[in-house]
Amino acid sequence: MTQQGRGGPVVLEARAITKRFPGVVANDNVSLRLHQGEILALLGENGAGKSTLMNILYGLYQQDEGAIFVKGKPLRASSPHESIQRGIGMVHQHFQLVPVMSVAENVTLGNEVTRGPGWLDRRRAGEQIRALSRQYGLEVDPDALIADLDVGAQQRVEIIKALYRNADILILDEPTAVLTPQEADDLMQMMRALTRQGKSIIFITHKLREVLAVADRIMVLRAGRVVGETTPAEATEASLAAMMVGRSVMLQVERGEMHPGAVVLEVTNLHVRDDRQLLAVRGVDLQVRAGEILGIAGVQGNGQTELVQALTGLRAPESGSVRIAGHDVTGAAPRQISELGVAHIPEDRQRDGLVSSYPLTDNAVLELYYLPPFARGLVRDDAAVRDHAERLVQEFDVRTPAVTVPASSLSGGNQQKLIVAREFTRELRLLIAAQPTRGIDVGSIEFIHNQIVKKRDEGVAVLLVSAELDEILSLSDRIAVIYHGAIVATVNNGDLSREQLGLLMAGASLDETPAVSPTLARS
Amino acid sequence: MAQAVEGPAPSPGPAGFREYYARYAPYLVPVFAVFTALVVGALMIGLTGGDWLAAYIGLWEGSFGTPVAIANTVVRATPFIIAGLAVAVAFKSGLFNIGAEGQLYAGSVCVVLVGTLLQLPPVFHIPVGIIAGAIGGAAWASIAGFLKARTGAHEVINTIMLNYIAIRLTDWLIKSKTPYLLGDPADPSSARTMYIAETMRLPGFRVSDTIVLHLGILIAFGLVFLVAWLLNRTTIGFELRTVGSNPSAARYAGMSVPRTIVLAMACAGALAGIGGAGEVMGVRYALSTDFFSGLGFDAIAVALLARANPIGIIFSGLLWGGLLTGARLMQVRAGLSIDVIKIVQALIIMFVAADQIVRFIYRIPQRSSAEETMISRGWGGG
Ligand SMILES: Nc1ncnc2c1ncn2[C@@H]1O[C@H](COP(=O)(O)OP(=O)(O)OP(=O)(O)O)[C@@H](O)[C@H]1O
Ligand SMILES: [Mg+2]
Repeated sequence: MTQQGRGGPVVLEARAITKRFPGVVANDNVSLRLHQGEILALLGENGAGKSTLMNILYGLYQQDEGAIFVKGKPLRASSPHESIQRGIGMVHQHFQLVPVMSVAENVTLGNEVTRGPGWLDRRRAGEQIRALSRQYGLEVDPDALIADLDVGAQQRVEIIKALYRNADILILDEPTAVLTPQEADDLMQMMRALTRQGKSIIFITHKLREVLAVADRIMVLRAGRVVGETTPAEATEASLAAMMVGRSVMLQVERGEMHPGAVVLEVTNLHVRDDRQLLAVRGVDLQVRAGEILGIAGVQGNGQTELVQALTGLRAPESGSVRIAGHDVTGAAPRQISELGVAHIPEDRQRDGLVSSYPLTDNAVLELYYLPPFARGLVRDDAAVRDHAERLVQEFDVRTPAVTVPASSLSGGNQQKLIVAREFTRELRLLIAAQPTRGIDVGSIEFIHNQIVKKRDEGVAVLLVSAELDEILSLSDRIAVIYHGAIVATVNNGDLSREQLGLLMAGASLDETPAVSPTLARS
Repeated sequence: MAQAVEGPAPSPGPAGFREYYARYAPYLVPVFAVFTALVVGALMIGLTGGDWLAAYIGLWEGSFGTPVAIANTVVRATPFIIAGLAVAVAFKSGLFNIGAEGQLYAGSVCVVLVGTLLQLPPVFHIPVGIIAGAIGGAAWASIAGFLKARTGAHEVINTIMLNYIAIRLTDWLIKSKTPYLLGDPADPSSARTMYIAETMRLPGFRVSDTIVLHLGILIAFGLVFLVAWLLNRTTIGFELRTVGSNPSAARYAGMSVPRTIVLAMACAGALAGIGGAGEVMGVRYALSTDFFSGLGFDAIAVALLARANPIGIIFSGLLWGGLLTGARLMQVRAGLSIDVIKIVQALIIMFVAADQIVRFIYRIPQRSSAEETMISRGWGGG
């Protein structure tokens, strides 16, 4: 076991932490040490207990057994207040910002800069934030409203919030899950800059590439226990995956020839406005055939969200048409579209995909609750619902002590798996999957990818929207690149290199990027 | 996950009681709140030189101490239970229905109309009266629901406004003399409507000179179970609760959020209207200008105390009725102002709403954040 890290003294130590939830031991005798100036990556399957451990360090949860030491002194009370005082800052898996307030207000919340009692000093708060953002290279505008910022910027605000409270130990819980690869690279640069200035970081991610790129030390949890520790020098993606899951994982999907059938989804000259009434989708034309996977590649925020919402009936298009299986569904209600056999894995699972206070059972039939066998007439059939939920949990390996616990008690990745399970087990003609593997561990990604390919082989048309170019490349039969709300190119997978696709996604045109393999369409 | 262990997590040794307490005490917060309010009330009576023990004995005897007292309490509690359901149904749907008062009046006006204009045998007249109340209340509440669904106008503001309109409108309908609308030409100074037909009055036992234990309580019980069934066992209830807990997910799941909001308000209004029908048809046989005097607002407290749980509303409704019926004897026994009971009621509401205090006193763990959002969203959010 390597002890050096960056060689600094131990700033944070957890000794033999055990935490139980009803029916689950989330952390089982876990010990951890963080040295000054190092980045410790925490890896583990969905539900391995990573967030739980971090919440204990941050004082949100109280451990059942074990002790925590900050710079050698024990942490007495389990409260975020105490942890913040002792220099621990945390950026949560799901952000904790107030959208209607400005960056400065969010950052100073609970630590307001005042000019005499009761008077906020906005100007000074703004200056302090600018100073911080200069010092650490975290670009934000203190006066911007949170609601107007993209996720990458919101993330920076969360980090600044922690730094503003003088945190020198930063806990980042899956900060890159919602970022574009470019933003993730920026974030990792920032993390490096922070550690150079003496901060220490615990970093949770499911992306092995990031772990290898940025970590000094790697700790792996499985089923609540520490199963090993390594360094990027000693590890490979495959070895890390095996350590996490306990078996070897296929990091590449096996995808046979496609046998495309009739056109299932046909989008013509679609225009859609976003919440601010700006045109987010400008004249999109798309076709997806039965038995093929069309991947939409693009940097987040180029109209993918609005496009998917228009296809699923969640947003009325401005003009153009959407036909699904021969039916004109332009501007149709979500249920009409869903009843045509369209499943949708939403991008924002917390907001759209689940009712977090509901048990898994109700969440498993969120869309089909009114149909037999889940309801006869007006009366719901609890036994049928329960059976269905049990089956989903079993088949898709959703880790939970029971199907009756609320969805909020599932780990982030397991919530996503529940949604995927629900959507995949419906009668399907068209599957619209937006970021289907966001926040999911490598083992489950393998499983979900195989399921997507299986659906395609069964003759389902699949529209895959993903910010991960790797995911697009490994699954898609054809790739459409979206930029500024328009499809700038539609090619067969393999016709363009990763780099060329990257250029297209960044707004360059095809002429400037001559194809390496000018092969014609395989179909 | 973590390895799953059989059954509940093993409790290490003597922590047994504490663990059970931590698990079940949160459900008892309303009970603790009532208890705390009574203790604080006793302190206040004591500090002002009153005899708190005599006062509370009087309160008990006057509310549950004798069969007549119990009958009186039950009659008083009936509208609280029904109107409490009206608030609870809306609350479960994410709506804060401050408008039960107006819906009571709207329903009652319709009841009086069918009670004075129609002539039917009792088997038909009574159901017709109840249905008229339901329709009147539902129509009135739907206005707020419709405004919310269509324009996003907040239901709290709209139901408050509709209360004023309903109360004033009833007032005018009763007091108008040129021509007489609902007012009683035979007794123009009475400030009440004409009496409803004998055939529409709810049957009951006369337990004392002033108290008739009428059928209303059975209707209330029936509605409690109907509402519990509707919310928990039917697809409509599932839609109401889903829209109440997470409107985005409801929309995504194909539910029509606007339609559900209107439906929720209509159900709430129908319940309140039936509450009004019970009072008109069971107690006073006519509607007067100050008929409900805040019953619709007390219903909010009754629903809140029961955490919007229909079965719980039976108990909180009976408690509320009991506090009112017992107040008189408490006043006599301890020489206290009847307002003391209002103070105790206010304390109960305060301790239920500010349950952090109760949790702190009795060391009860935090409620889940899901519950938290529901309550705060009901108040102000969206
Ligand atoms: N508040 C809670 N109540 C009950 N059980 C919980 C709660 N929080 C977490 N758990 C359980 O504890 C286990 C660990 O969850 P945790 O969120 O720590 O996983 P994780 O490693 O962060 O997973 P992911 O990668 O999916 O985010 C899971 O089995 C989960 O169901
Ligand atoms: Mg987590």
